[in-house]
Amino acid sequence: MRDVAVIGVGMQKWGELWEKSLRDIFTESAMLAIDDAGVDHIDSMYVGCMSSGLFVGQEHLGSLLADYLGVAPIPALRVESACASGGAAFRQAFFDVASGANDVVLAGGVEKMTDIDGGGATFALSTAADAEYEVYNGVTFPGLYAMIAVAHMNAYGTTREQLAAVAVKNHKNGAKNPHAQYPFEVTVEQVLSSVMIADPLTILDCSPITDGAAAAILCPLDMVGDFTDNEPVKILSSAHATDSIALHSRKDLTWLSAVAKAGQIAYEGAGLTPSDLDFVEVHDCFTIAEIAVIEALGFFEKGKGGTGAVSGETAMGGRIPVNPSGGLKSKGHPVGATGIAQIVETVTQLRGVAGERQVDGAKIGMTQNMGGTGGSCVAHILGKA
Amino acid sequence: MSTSAKYWRGIPQRYRLEAERCASCGMEFFPPRLVCSGCGARKFMPIKLNDHGKLLTYTVIRVGPSEFCEQTPYAMGIVELDGGVRMTAQIADVDFDTLEVGMPLKVEFRKIREEGQAGILCYGYKFVPE
Repeated sequence: MRDVAVIGVGMQKWGELWEKSLRDIFTESAMLAIDDAGVDHIDSMYVGCMSSGLFVGQEHLGSLLADYLGVAPIPALRVESACASGGAAFRQAFFDVASGANDVVLAGGVEKMTDIDGGGATFALSTAADAEYEVYNGVTFPGLYAMIAVAHMNAYGTTREQLAAVAVKNHKNGAKNPHAQYPFEVTVEQVLSSVMIADPLTILDCSPITDGAAAAILCPLDMVGDFTDNEPVKILSSAHATDSIALHSRKDLTWLSAVAKAGQIAYEGAGLTPSDLDFVEVHDCFTIAEIAVIEALGFFEKGKGGTGAVSGETAMGGRIPVNPSGGLKSKGHPVGATGIAQIVETVTQLRGVAGERQVDGAKIGMTQNMGGTGGSCVAHILGKA
Repeated sequence: MSTSAKYWRGIPQRYRLEAERCASCGMEFFPPRLVCSGCGARKFMPIKLNDHGKLLTYTVIRVGPSEFCEQTPYAMGIVELDGGVRMTAQIADVDFDTLEVGMPLKVEFRKIREEGQAGILCYGYKFVPE
């Protein structure tokens, strides 16, 4: 396997992009990444997208997007693992380069979620859960994570205020991110008093419905100088694990075992431990998700994740800054694009060009992207080359 | 619109709680599977689930998916049935303020939803307080 670097990244401001179609928002981010990398061609591409069929009535994305990016007839493939589709696409691009099959590969992600109404979007997202034994009975994603929250609160005494502190912290970071959909700060009181979605989660505990895309260019580490003067970022490890997609099938409703497994593989692959990381971008689709993830990744003891945002340990300048980008919570969550946007943020941080939200001296960062309630998880560790 | 096959093939589980026990390691599965995720064996014995259990976790859905928008708010929970199988369903006939982890519930046959445009009336299981 060859060492692989990320040499270009691109994304634009996320939000309700009613004037642009899926193909437009993907192509804009892909062009930014290609220009950032300085490459004059790509050999293949992988695009993470969860549900273009339900959101915009369009499948067959690989070819469509290769055509509109002007790179057909190269091989181009859409990759799906629910909300982990972007991370999964990045992992396929990594393998494509590492194996020697291709040299310059684009990993992208896209989701266009506002072409349907809220009920339709809620249904489309719910297909990441078990359609016949969860969704049939009326469950939603906020509902599933609410049930994780209630189980966590019951088992460990996690409080409503601890959940809110995650939203407050991520919005504070996101307020400094020019790409964020909701770049403003919120208070604990605002989170607690906002409209209830699925008890105990309010709308400010939930990541939003977002249109957005992101892209990255990968190449062999020893070829970086052929394309760019950018400081290369090396992929230190890539990991992927699965679990039952039905929440009720898990022995411990508070524990994300696929996240723990992917984290373990990522740490072993890079020869690192959690304390070696300078920051981490995690999948905070709901406030309780960040709490459960930072436990599964080993930054906090099982059951203690709720203390992270309250104590400041996960804040900028804390022991382990979590979601310097603002996370899914503030930046937005166009599901298929999220995993790639985590890579974009990590590369930006490792290059030291994150501006006001720069993690001082960042040398090693991790991304954690999960599908459903943790039925799939993709993790990558990236470092300064 | 979905065809009726998608609905009627789920009837043994949704109407009668038909499940299976691995003939090799004894692990119980609802719905039935072809391969035991515990030991890898492929032979199973049919069983009927116990219809009593306890609530492991719950929520109240205030914003529902399109097919359930008219039913909100409704309570949902994950219940562990006596015997160990767990399932997700609505909790009917309950005052939301009385929901608590550990409360005993039983499984009842109920209408789940109606498909639009003169589609199928969909039945299945819900939990109700003991």
